[in-house]
Amino acid sequence: MKEKFNKLSQKKAFWPVVIFLVILLFNGVVSGGDFFKLSIVDGHLYGRVIDIFRNGSKLMILAAGMTMVLATGGTDISVGSVMAISGAIACSIVNGNILPGLNGNVVVAIILAILAGITCGFWNGILVAKIKIQPIVATMILLVAGRGIAQLVTQGKIITITSDAYYFINGGYILGLPFPLFIVIFLAGVLILFVGRTSFGLFLESVGCNPKASKFAGIQVDKMLLVIYTISGGFAAVAGLIESAGIKGADCNNAGLNIELDAILAVAIGGTNLMGGRFSIPASLAGALIVQSITTTVLAQGVPAAYIRVLKAVLIIVICLSQSKEFKEMLTSHKAAKKRKAVGE
Amino acid sequence: MEKTKKKFQINNISLLITVVLFVLMFAFGSVKYDNFFSISTFLNLFNDNAYLMIAGIGVTFVLITGGIDISISSTVAFTGVFSAYLLQKGVPSFAVILIVLVIGIIVGVAQGALIHYFNMQPFIVTLAGQFLMRGLCVVVSEASIPITDPFFKSMALNKVAIKLGSAKAASGKLYYYVFILLAVLLISLYVLKYTKFGRNVYALGGNETSAKLMGLNVARTKICAYAISSFCAALGGVVFSFYTLAGYGLQNMGMELDALSSAVIGGTLLTGGVGTVVGTVIGAMIQGIIQTIVTYQNLNTWWTKVTIAALLCFFIVVQRIIAIRAEKMKGKGESDSYK
Amino acid sequence: MANDNQLLKARNISKSFGKAVIALDNVQFDLNRGEIHALLGENGAGKSTLIKVLTGVEERDSGTVFLNGKEIRPKSTQDAQNEGIATVYQEVNLCPNLSVAENIYIGREPRNKFGKIDWKKINADAEELLKRFDLHINVTKNLDNYSVAVQQMIAIARACDIDAKVLILDEPTSSLSTVEVEKLFGIMRRLRKEGMGILFVTHFLDQVYEVTDRITVYRNGGYVGTYQTAELPRVELVAKMIGKDYASLNESVVAGQLGEEKAAGGEELIELCGVSSPGTIQDFNVKVRKGEVLGLSGLLGSGRSETARVLFGVDSVGKGEMKLKKEKVHFKSPLDAIRSGIAFCPENRKTEGIIGDLTIRENIVLALQSKRGMFQKISKKEAERLADEYIEKLEIKTPDAGQLIKNLSGGNQQKVILARWLATDPEFLMLDEPTRGIDIGTKAELQKIVIDLAKQGMAVLFISSEIDEMLRCCKRMIVLRDMRQVGELKGKEISEEAIMNIMAGGEK
Repeated sequence: MKEKFNKLSQKKAFWPVVIFLVILLFNGVVSGGDFFKLSIVDGHLYGRVIDIFRNGSKLMILAAGMTMVLATGGTDISVGSVMAISGAIACSIVNGNILPGLNGNVVVAIILAILAGITCGFWNGILVAKIKIQPIVATMILLVAGRGIAQLVTQGKIITITSDAYYFINGGYILGLPFPLFIVIFLAGVLILFVGRTSFGLFLESVGCNPKASKFAGIQVDKMLLVIYTISGGFAAVAGLIESAGIKGADCNNAGLNIELDAILAVAIGGTNLMGGRFSIPASLAGALIVQSITTTVLAQGVPAAYIRVLKAVLIIVICLSQSKEFKEMLTSHKAAKKRKAVGE
Repeated sequence: MEKTKKKFQINNISLLITVVLFVLMFAFGSVKYDNFFSISTFLNLFNDNAYLMIAGIGVTFVLITGGIDISISSTVAFTGVFSAYLLQKGVPSFAVILIVLVIGIIVGVAQGALIHYFNMQPFIVTLAGQFLMRGLCVVVSEASIPITDPFFKSMALNKVAIKLGSAKAASGKLYYYVFILLAVLLISLYVLKYTKFGRNVYALGGNETSAKLMGLNVARTKICAYAISSFCAALGGVVFSFYTLAGYGLQNMGMELDALSSAVIGGTLLTGGVGTVVGTVIGAMIQGIIQTIVTYQNLNTWWTKVTIAALLCFFIVVQRIIAIRAEKMKGKGESDSYK
Repeated sequence: MANDNQLLKARNISKSFGKAVIALDNVQFDLNRGEIHALLGENGAGKSTLIKVLTGVEERDSGTVFLNGKEIRPKSTQDAQNEGIATVYQEVNLCPNLSVAENIYIGREPRNKFGKIDWKKINADAEELLKRFDLHINVTKNLDNYSVAVQQMIAIARACDIDAKVLILDEPTSSLSTVEVEKLFGIMRRLRKEGMGILFVTHFLDQVYEVTDRITVYRNGGYVGTYQTAELPRVELVAKMIGKDYASLNESVVAGQLGEEKAAGGEELIELCGVSSPGTIQDFNVKVRKGEVLGLSGLLGSGRSETARVLFGVDSVGKGEMKLKKEKVHFKSPLDAIRSGIAFCPENRKTEGIIGDLTIRENIVLALQSKRGMFQKISKKEAERLADEYIEKLEIKTPDAGQLIKNLSGGNQQKVILARWLATDPEFLMLDEPTRGIDIGTKAELQKIVIDLAKQGMAVLFISSEIDEMLRCCKRMIVLRDMRQVGELKGKEISEEAIMNIMAGGEK
């Protein structure tokens, strides 16, 4: 039993999941159990916990893509803008504002929106892998341009749509569970399988630790980067679809605004070193749930939303500190000094 | 001869392109639109963008060290809303300005210290800083606070008329606060070129290990650079409240990107070691002129963003190509310089 | 104080990193005025740690350092400089984006009374100073306009100009040509005459005997002794440095070479026909046969590593063609080369070889995995088997294959990299400085492995700046100079003298 626990606790996703459960429990206790209340209406599950999963789905998807980007030692700060673009394209098509010939075909709209996201990711990938621009700078270009592009698609308007088929992306249910959850399971599942069953994971960690040596070992670093940024773009597009389906329209100014920090935070909580190297997608998913549940918790306590920003900022600094070698050394040397003093006296 | 030649090394090519681009754009606007060609159009670039230029000058220091600071937009906003709040509470205007500037320095020092001593990524630290300051904005006030202080008002409304001729196009006005920008610009120029600290900033961006081994004080230089960045952001915030006469916590979202774009368009290398504050100001002027043209053309303002992003992309890629070329040239070297 | 002439006196210096690594254990070092003092030792001897302690990069745990009879404890390089200790490192530590003049004066710029930097004086002084080093260059140009050798001389000029009493030169000659080394020695001698004390670290014994007055030897973090250079024969010096019986190791290797003589001369495996690569090698014609160890000799920057890089698909073939088993091939990336049975241990182990945060096992299977492709994942079992096999075969010293490679010593890391390539079952193996920074015992082991591999039919391209090692391993040797092929030596023609002659410019 103990052995099993030890083995389990060594998994990267272990502690994030535990923390998530603790947060849930805390909510449960504070709310006097209301928090865990599930109700079934029309065969659909409702409840606060379900909401966390539903609302956290965007972040989980982004975090899954972001994990790989961060594992290469890079970053993708354009995800929020890509979400805006994808939402703008999908909604404009469904609404008939652009490509009216499609008659608002939802499936085509979704496919084109995701393709747009993939294109954005590919563009980032080209800048990073081929032209070798630092990732922050490379993705910054799209961060600046993205919302502008989205606005140009919607002609500067906030678009509202009426399409039950499109609403389903966020509000739908399958087997009584919210549909976005299935999107997460599908995307993350495919990704986890891909990373686990192929040597993609090994290559990725290798590239994150030492890209030059990886190249010499025969890993095609450029191709890897290209694929990873493309996936990140594609995932961001899906997140953008969920968001726009949630608000039943496209708001280019606010869609995915500042969500890149949440995604990075989620990955950091999951234990991936932001400098690159070892990573775990399940841990990042748990990290995303933690971020979401913190948001929910804080809001439930009646604290203004602004404080969540402060809290997240503090949290990410603390996590980065805990990953910092220099900080650890400082702590240990401090302890050692204390010990020495104690011995000396 | 030798001296003029040296002025145009590879590093300055993007600055040169920028200046040419600015002149072309100004010429384009002048030909295309009535009333465009005037001193006032030119001076308005400063009137409208002084705060951005000040913040951009600050961030240039950080960029030259090879770092990045994306917290400045929030610092600008926080300064604005906090000064408005303090003024509303009756704190005298000079004390208010002093307080917000000191806060700026503290924020910068804290960020710089985290980045330097714990080897954390500047991007992450300043992103956290951005969230922190933006959060604090709303903590101070969720609504916009108007500023009625007489000093702020006098700064906001008084201007100097500049006349270069009797024609209507030959005159324009500069607001008082633009002179703050000029002072910041001149001081920065001097600091970067003629002081130890300024040169250390460049050395740090060139090669941090070398700078350390050459006995330069890396910690102080780096932390000071971040402090200057945040200080300038705070000063920019003060100027911004002169400009708008109000403090609002959701102002200037994404302004850090404008400041970074200004620097890059003005020839600052985001890999560090190369950059000038004059370039940053010209970069901001280009953004201003694009904005002006977009307004004259009656286009969607989002065209401004897209154009700037395209420019940004162009400059980054050009810089990269120059760097790649330089790397290739290196193999050959100039070993024959030995005589 | 017995010795008036004594400049620097370090006593009982100890320094450890963490609990496990004792880098310096109670060592001492003395330096007199007007003396060039060599600090020698194999890797891990503690030379660089001592330098770090003296220059304030690291703080000593215990012991004392006296400079001019006054105890010092520098906490930063700046402190050390203020005390009068200047250092030139192996890798050029200057700023490429600053001008030559500024690189010399940064940190101590001449300023007027208002604190304004006097650029005119900086440029004039720099020009004057470099003239003393026979360096006539435009000091207002950025440093990165100049070659590494010039940069190194500028670094030395900077160090000398700092009002230094002690000058530390940490392997400054590795990127210099013979002429430049001579120039440097001239400068060192002059500084010695001026009363400066110079601590000189080098791997080249010739240089030690050419310029130094005394020698101090460290081994494994401990102090071995200090000797007058003139009174210490080379053999004894080597024996003191390695601290074990060198002769026996030597013999086994020579035996290996004799055995190889019979096996040499198989069929051609890979060939470069008139190959040039943009910016590097010019018009190379190289053939490597199965079962032979072909040496590439030449100074740093002569095109040794560049040749290997072209063969491995890192650099592109500009002109000419490459043939593998008589068929024309074109490698776009290292992966292409690996799939064609080529393996390459690059020169810079830390940045191009090991993946520090991965385990030994992962490091070993990496190249084989990329050879097989991403979708043919090597099973955990197979990876374990491979790792264990090579750990045993190459005698890699580690508790198990799950250790992170960064925790191994240099020699063992190199063995892991070798294992990585042997696991791909290559036909052609290229080794670029495989024994650099490795203790002498492991060195001999690696040399023996190389010869054995050739005996089994592998074609090997061997690059090393140690001529001894080349003599021991190679049957045939191509000599390079300035990115050109300048000579080829076979069998009995190969001798230290012959190689040196060709390298130095006497055509064969």
